[in-house]
Amino acid sequence: MSPPVNAPVNLPANPPTSPIVEADNLSRHYTVRRGLFAKPATVRALDGVSFTLDAGKTLAVVGESGCGKSTLGRIVTLIEPPSGGRLRLDGQPTEEVTPELRRKVQLVFQNPYGSLNPRRKIADALAEPLEILGGTSAAERRDRVLTMLEKVGLRREQAERYPHMFSGGQRQRIAVARALMPNPEVLVLDEPVSALDLSIQAQVLNLLMDLQDEFRLAYLFISHDLSVVRHIAQDVMVMYLGKAVEKGPKAAIFATPRHPYTRVLLAATPIADPRRRRDRIKARGELPSPLAPPPGCPFHPRCPLANERCRVEVPGLTQAGAQLVACHAVEEGRD
Amino acid sequence: MSLLEIRNLTVRFATASGWFTAVEGVDLSVEKGEIVAIVGESGSGKSVSMLAVMGLLPPTAQVTADVLAFDGKDLLTISPAGRRALTGADMAMIFQEPMSSLNPCFTVGFQIEESLRLHLGLNKRQARDRAVELLTQVGIPSPAQRLSAYPHQLSGGMSQRVMIAMAIACDPRLLIADEPTTALDVTIQAQILDLLVDLQERRGMALILITHAMGVVAETAQRVVVQYAGWQVEKQDVYGLFDHPHHPYTAALLAALPERAVEGARLASIPGVVPGQFDKPSGCLFHPRCPRADQRCVEVRPVPAGPELGQAVCHYPLGGTR
Repeated sequence: MSPPVNAPVNLPANPPTSPIVEADNLSRHYTVRRGLFAKPATVRALDGVSFTLDAGKTLAVVGESGCGKSTLGRIVTLIEPPSGGRLRLDGQPTEEVTPELRRKVQLVFQNPYGSLNPRRKIADALAEPLEILGGTSAAERRDRVLTMLEKVGLRREQAERYPHMFSGGQRQRIAVARALMPNPEVLVLDEPVSALDLSIQAQVLNLLMDLQDEFRLAYLFISHDLSVVRHIAQDVMVMYLGKAVEKGPKAAIFATPRHPYTRVLLAATPIADPRRRRDRIKARGELPSPLAPPPGCPFHPRCPLANERCRVEVPGLTQAGAQLVACHAVEEGRD
Repeated sequence: MSLLEIRNLTVRFATASGWFTAVEGVDLSVEKGEIVAIVGESGSGKSVSMLAVMGLLPPTAQVTADVLAFDGKDLLTISPAGRRALTGADMAMIFQEPMSSLNPCFTVGFQIEESLRLHLGLNKRQARDRAVELLTQVGIPSPAQRLSAYPHQLSGGMSQRVMIAMAIACDPRLLIADEPTTALDVTIQAQILDLLVDLQERRGMALILITHAMGVVAETAQRVVVQYAGWQVEKQDVYGLFDHPHHPYTAALLAALPERAVEGARLASIPGVVPGQFDKPSGCLFHPRCPRADQRCVEVRPVPAGPELGQAVCHYPLGGTR
């Protein structure tokens, strides 16, 4: 891909020629057994999602439980292969997973109480990724562990401690440090601050932004908290039942959300200002079972704008203003 | 007389390493038809103080108070039988984890009907009819069929609706909701909050909402109590709290909200962590994390300021002249 014509003049020293992550029509289907005699069913956890992510940028993936955002994270981290579509990391195909590819993308989980082995010292937990990748001596690894601990705001002497001796915020710093040990280019952050208290959440978000600036990291930021997303992301992709329903620059999505689901999501997010209490645009009902997704547009059973076409025909992403929206109503101009 | 009257409530736990004071000097009066929010981070003692009111603390807890009364009944000296008659009938509580608060071995119907038969003496058929009515009220589709469902067959939002139906079954005058929406998705959270406020308005019951989410407080509460490490550090009506916080902790919490910050800029964070059992500071509990702290804060325990300063437990409340 060639750089856009109207690119800014003051480019960084070595400008990227292509996005660091290119996802093209990714899908992931699972077969689930439903008992002895029932036919196995297919869950389309991820159904044709495409996006690109540039170095130093943050793409937020937003949606409710069951929308496929964590499945997307697992595929981008090469934990699972996609059932369809193509994923390229740093311009390279990912059909053959090499250690070098694995190094490039690392994952931070939601719950720092579950993601650290309680029986391992922090120093050992941090050194492990380097050990597995090979090519470093014990002394080198030790050195890099201590440097990294300081980078994430912990002290060197804390390296010899066990996870239970740290608070939730500190554990999440450790989880971030571990992900950064192999020098990745992409971090997949799966709800990295939703288990943390408000005052600690701010500390960790600040840390993530500082690290991004320092290492030019690309973040795939998976979250359901729109106020956090608004703060940290440049681009936003809203997902519903395995599909991207709206994506585009953050400013456009927050200022003029087009997809009815995005609007519902924004309206449902509480605003911390009692003078702005308002009547919400409500979504009826709940997320349908991914085992039996509705025909046509996946959102139509809960959508105030749904008509006959929505019940039959699956909408594709089309340009609407600055963003892409998958909605017949928007396309037909009746939103 | 208030519906719920708490004065100087202190809860201590006997632990292997001595007494741990989880809540200290809590005062609260809740009137009929009011929504009061208790907001604080983990370890602030917001759940413990309400569990003390409900009498649901484990035997290792020691509850002391000058006054702990519900509708004039002293909850400290109440007999077990009197407590059972009150709990679930006049005061009820819903919990954060709907999935683990329901008994997985019994149907939803059985669990709702249990309290109806026990407290209201309804027979089987009456209880069933009332349960259908309750599930309809909390917005569960095809309620009659749902009664024979087991908890694992319900989604999180549905389980929480069932919990709410159980809690309001006997028309309680006080409902305590402990983080009722924390485990739920935002669209479901909005539905549940609307439901709680709607029920509160229609039945004129008092609602105490325990939460850590400032957005939820701003959208639902009338009065707010901010707790920090077992202390009530500030009490204000909701507008005053968000417009003019008087305790530095409240101000810092509000400043840490991403939506109040400049997009993409650094957030105002509070350094350090909430103190635990072994590192309770001297003087003011917040002084190690407070930007305004001086020697006096380290040495002297602050007393609450006047109501014009949000009863802030601080030597130097914001907006004050001290």
